[in-house]
Amino acid sequence: MSIFVDDDTRVVVQGITGGEGKFHTEQMLEYGTNVVAGAVPGKGGQEVAGVPVYDTVDEAVDAEDADASVVFVPPAFAGDAVFEALDTDLDLVVAITEGIPTQDMAKVNKRLSEVDTRLLGPNCPGIITPGEAKLGILPGNIFESGDVGLVSRSGTLTYQVVSNLTERGIGQTTAIGIGGDPIIGTSFVDALEAFEADPDTKAVVMCGEIGGEDEEQAARYIAENMDTPVAGFIAGRTAPPGKRMGHAGAIVSGSGTGTAESKIGALNDAGVPVGDTPNEVADHIEDFL
Amino acid sequence: MRLHEYQAKQVFADAGIPTPDSRLASTVEEVMDAVDEIGYPAAIKAQVHVGGRGKAGGIEIATSAEEAREAAESILGMDLKGYTVDTVLVEAGVDFENELYVGITMDRGEGEPVAMVSTEGGVDIESVAEETPEKIAREHIDPAFGLHSYQARKVVFEAGIPRDVAMDVASILSTLYDLYESKDASEIEINPVMITSDREVVAADAVMNIDEDALFRQPDLAEMEDEAAGDELEAKANEYGFDYVRLSGNVGIIGNGAGLVMTTLDLVDYYGGAPANFLDIGGGAKAERVTQALDMVFSDENVDSVVFNIFGGITRGDEVAKGINEALEGFDEIPKPVVVRLAGTNAEEGMEILNEDLVQVEGTLEDAVQRAVKNAEEVTQ
Repeated sequence: MSIFVDDDTRVVVQGITGGEGKFHTEQMLEYGTNVVAGAVPGKGGQEVAGVPVYDTVDEAVDAEDADASVVFVPPAFAGDAVFEALDTDLDLVVAITEGIPTQDMAKVNKRLSEVDTRLLGPNCPGIITPGEAKLGILPGNIFESGDVGLVSRSGTLTYQVVSNLTERGIGQTTAIGIGGDPIIGTSFVDALEAFEADPDTKAVVMCGEIGGEDEEQAARYIAENMDTPVAGFIAGRTAPPGKRMGHAGAIVSGSGTGTAESKIGALNDAGVPVGDTPNEVADHIEDFL
Repeated sequence: MRLHEYQAKQVFADAGIPTPDSRLASTVEEVMDAVDEIGYPAAIKAQVHVGGRGKAGGIEIATSAEEAREAAESILGMDLKGYTVDTVLVEAGVDFENELYVGITMDRGEGEPVAMVSTEGGVDIESVAEETPEKIAREHIDPAFGLHSYQARKVVFEAGIPRDVAMDVASILSTLYDLYESKDASEIEINPVMITSDREVVAADAVMNIDEDALFRQPDLAEMEDEAAGDELEAKANEYGFDYVRLSGNVGIIGNGAGLVMTTLDLVDYYGGAPANFLDIGGGAKAERVTQALDMVFSDENVDSVVFNIFGGITRGDEVAKGINEALEGFDEIPKPVVVRLAGTNAEEGMEILNEDLVQVEGTLEDAVQRAVKNAEEVTQ
């Protein structure tokens, strides 16, 4: 089983005619994802990798009966592209774009609260149900179908932990990148809730990082609501306060909230073992299975 | 990106927020000319990007020419928490009765901006927030509608701002929100707003941080960036457009994706080494970026060894390998030992291209980090 996507998911790619959009559409098709349409204003009527392109998401959804979209639109236009997706009745929108202005995302976040669509990201690698579908930029070959769910704020860290799991023969139900920005759609708690409800997910890996309080909230949720065991990893133990480590999410404020220490402490208190290395996370998961 | 006080005040003044009469000065003579025009008392304030300037000796009040000269001589050229002061703002002193705080920032938990008002101005607002949070009135703002006037009035009255100036403070708050939105600020703050003995309200300080992801639509503000204000290497990284943070250790770290690079830093520390930097080449980097990244890390004289950790998704291993070869083939002797770990998209192609005479290759993250730490230890022994 899986959460959020499977081999029935029918995908629109927004920005399919751009370099990244085209490359990753081909990769997604190769993986077996049902990419049924592209949407690029002014490029309606073209084809990319055999996929028909429409001028609007609305048209694409109507014509091809799509239920999910992946956004590969440059940051200046990406907020608008997500609004466009939220104005159709898609079940899922995955925003890959990095660097969307925070105030644009605050407006998107507001609209999100008014619709039934689920948003993943932005600034995320996407989602994969191994052997069924991948929506995004994750390297398909490192994943294997299995029992472990994974949710992460960081793309490359996801790949690292998945490879540690797959090397030991531990496969995944679904792996989800929720994105590293300050304002994102689906949170750790949303993903954990879905994994808890999925009978095939026997254990969950949660990869967090410094900044914000999402991991602390997740820890509270795990303590109160989860029977499925969770192992964690937190990146940024060595990050100095007040410095922005890469993308917007990874910053420790001067006042001491959002530190690796507070996140690891909260997870440990919730009964979640936290690995010192990605490999140790895989050790913990092995113990659970 | 943080604006200097004088820049933020200019933005505030242009929007109609009252600010004290002021001049910018970079020599003692310019300070003396400025105080001649402005009169006494005058505040002389270091324009550097550090918090707590006052406590650190970066702000002096002069009540005479003699004091102004002394203040100018002591502040200009001084080292303030690692930054050299080469500019001061000379500002008319305000005869005040009360000091207030007003600010707007993004509440990331709620995903909405929040306006904050307090009668506890002129002090470290973070400690007020921690110790007596009830002294800060807050109002969340629907980003689709902006700050309604009634909300500005509500939060000002809730904070207990004196009734005779409450409407003026509410008006400043509304203007601040307009600026917050139109200038893509991530934080905007006046601490303190002073209430003068004539019951006028004046912005005696100004803080404005701009969302770097939005600078593409704020060309005027982008021009205000003071690159010299930071670390020399960080300025170079800025030029290349890298996410880079200089740290105090000797193991140089290059990787892709903030989470994985931070993890590499953490592992260097875990295996007994000390990271020299955080450098994220970003997603989808081509060979040229990789070459620039190595150039960056080699320019840091504290670096004794380098670890290159790539897990390709959108980034391709063959491009990275090409960049590493290009960067290193230019040297007669490789400046510092480089350990490379390539995984993910096109990693196999990358491994075939990579010139193993120039680098040490490791198959796992743990092995790569341990080898880089060992390389650094050998240099320091």
